[in-house]
Amino acid sequence: MKDGYAIEMRDVVKRFGDVNAVDHVSMEIRDGEFFSMLGPSGCGKTTSLRMIAGFEYPTAGEIYLNGTPIGSTPPFQRNVNTVFQSYALFPHMSVAENVAFGLEMKKVPKSEIAKRVDEALDMVRLAGYGERRPRQLSGGQQQRVALARALVNRPDVLLLDEPLGALDLKLRKEMQIELKRLQERVGITFIFVTHDQEEALTMSDRIAVMSEGKVLQIGSPTEIYERPNCRFVADFIGESNFIKGRVTAVGAGDVSITTGDGLTVHGQLVQPVRIGEEAYVSVRPEKARLSLQPPGDGAANIFPVSVDRVAYIGSDTRIMVQLGSERLFNVWEQNVRSTVDRDAYWQRGEQGYLWWPIENALVLSE
Amino acid sequence: MAVETLSPGARRDSGLLGLLRRSPAVRLWSLLFPGLFWLTVFFALPLVVILLYSFLTPGPTGDVIYRFTLDNYITLFTKDLYVNAYLRSLWIGVVTTVVCLLIGYPLALYIVQRSPRWRNLMLFLVLIPFWTNFLVRTYAWMIILSNTGVLNSLFQAVGLPRQTMLNTTGAVLVGLIYGELPFMVLPIYASLDRFDFTLLEAASDLGADRTRAFLRIMLPLTMPGVAAGSVLVFIPTVGQFVVSDLLGGAKVDMLGNLLQRLFTRSNPPNWPLGSAMALIFMLVLTVAIIFYFRTTTEDDR
Repeated sequence: MKDGYAIEMRDVVKRFGDVNAVDHVSMEIRDGEFFSMLGPSGCGKTTSLRMIAGFEYPTAGEIYLNGTPIGSTPPFQRNVNTVFQSYALFPHMSVAENVAFGLEMKKVPKSEIAKRVDEALDMVRLAGYGERRPRQLSGGQQQRVALARALVNRPDVLLLDEPLGALDLKLRKEMQIELKRLQERVGITFIFVTHDQEEALTMSDRIAVMSEGKVLQIGSPTEIYERPNCRFVADFIGESNFIKGRVTAVGAGDVSITTGDGLTVHGQLVQPVRIGEEAYVSVRPEKARLSLQPPGDGAANIFPVSVDRVAYIGSDTRIMVQLGSERLFNVWEQNVRSTVDRDAYWQRGEQGYLWWPIENALVLSE
Repeated sequence: MAVETLSPGARRDSGLLGLLRRSPAVRLWSLLFPGLFWLTVFFALPLVVILLYSFLTPGPTGDVIYRFTLDNYITLFTKDLYVNAYLRSLWIGVVTTVVCLLIGYPLALYIVQRSPRWRNLMLFLVLIPFWTNFLVRTYAWMIILSNTGVLNSLFQAVGLPRQTMLNTTGAVLVGLIYGELPFMVLPIYASLDRFDFTLLEAASDLGADRTRAFLRIMLPLTMPGVAAGSVLVFIPTVGQFVVSDLLGGAKVDMLGNLLQRLFTRSNPPNWPLGSAMALIFMLVLTVAIIFYFRTTTEDDR
């Protein structure tokens, strides 16, 4: 057993019929961290969470809570609580009764229950709402009751299953900040499941990106975004341009690939690749530049392009350029200067130069 | 209202239709009339007749003598025959309801947790007995339970002594439970179908074992189905006379049997006593139902 891990999943498999919903997943979640599992639907993130909660038992592998194996412990004996996507508040009980439920089950004395329920409601800014029924509250308030009902038990780990999914965008952003603040205050390990990459980036200390039952990458938001370890992660988190080609030269930190239409593109080495292999150069749209004249400092990647489409979205202008004969390339320019002068913005059909420094491009295999 | 906005002053309404459009009171009463008429003619008036009869004196040939008396009620509350019939009917009603509940709830729960295809098939199986007349199905139980019937043949084949099953209270209970079970299963199924099973996961997550999750979450939230099923089973059971007649012989007299006898079979018929009996019966049931709904709605509050 290793110290400092709230949850450890070791080679966990969950099979439904003949499908591996979770396929040999291992991850270590540190005590007190805000950890997110991120991935498209069906990637195994919710199943992993349900196994930690105890609603599903692993087909193989083991799950440890503070170093103790809990893989086959029923949920009511785990000191882990869940905030459900649908909140799952008990409709026949008042808000206070909902929050008190877990403490009652643990046979906490009545006077202490009352005190802790009040504290919990206070913490989620719902003091005075104890007598209401869940259905008399708004979605955001119900969400906070669900949080209070879970946190009042002082769990070792709090599990959150897409808890913000049902809220509208503005409320969701508010709740993101509130959740993060709450987590820092109570110091409990949060495991957060979401398919929303922005949500995961905003709140998490670390993120596990999952796809088809497997963990592809675990890292901080910066690591996941700036150093994705495969094409899927680069594509799923944020946006990226992918230029496909064959590796023609591998240097220290500089890999060249040549495309079918004869472009030679340089990028930074992320994973080991061999000459002759197929690979992608991944360039984030905000990390490429577009200028009327080629840059003077002789950047490794400079290509003459023509502007195909321009979308002005306020903070940014998004420009689609024709790069070589086979692909369009997306460039985002921040509108740092306030002007309505047409000439200040790119126009369709204009010619220019697309370029980026070598460290802004990553060479990834499939 | 909608009619008025559609034709704003375009046409002057007159006659009956105009009256209907303009006067809410007329509209209300014209809509209520069919229902009220039906209730008055087929429910309130007969009830009044029975109420009056119950205070009249039975004549020597089955007719009614118009002389006020309380004897009918005194007879009901003093003669063992009647008191016992009341108690027996209520007791049989309670047992039938409880057994139906104990079988019906798990059955409904089992059905609701199947895949949609199996669920429909099983509901269909619950309903299929209704395709056969209830009387015929009760006769079938006579064939199963009689001294030379299906069960006793089986017992004999494996060397067991013959059991007397027909014409016992047990036989009546079996017949009643068999017949009433669907009326318990269906309302409970309906409320379980609306039940959000995530709530059970939430309860378990908060430290409730299966028993407590059931008692604190699932049972209270499906109580409307339980209450409806219980009422649907209890009321017809207490008033039963066919099943007790066929499967209980003359040995298991329920209220229904006595009523039937007083009104038609006894010589001479005694309508005043029968009326009094029916009224008391209604009163007891009404009180029982009010009490029942009070308790269940208080749980839900």
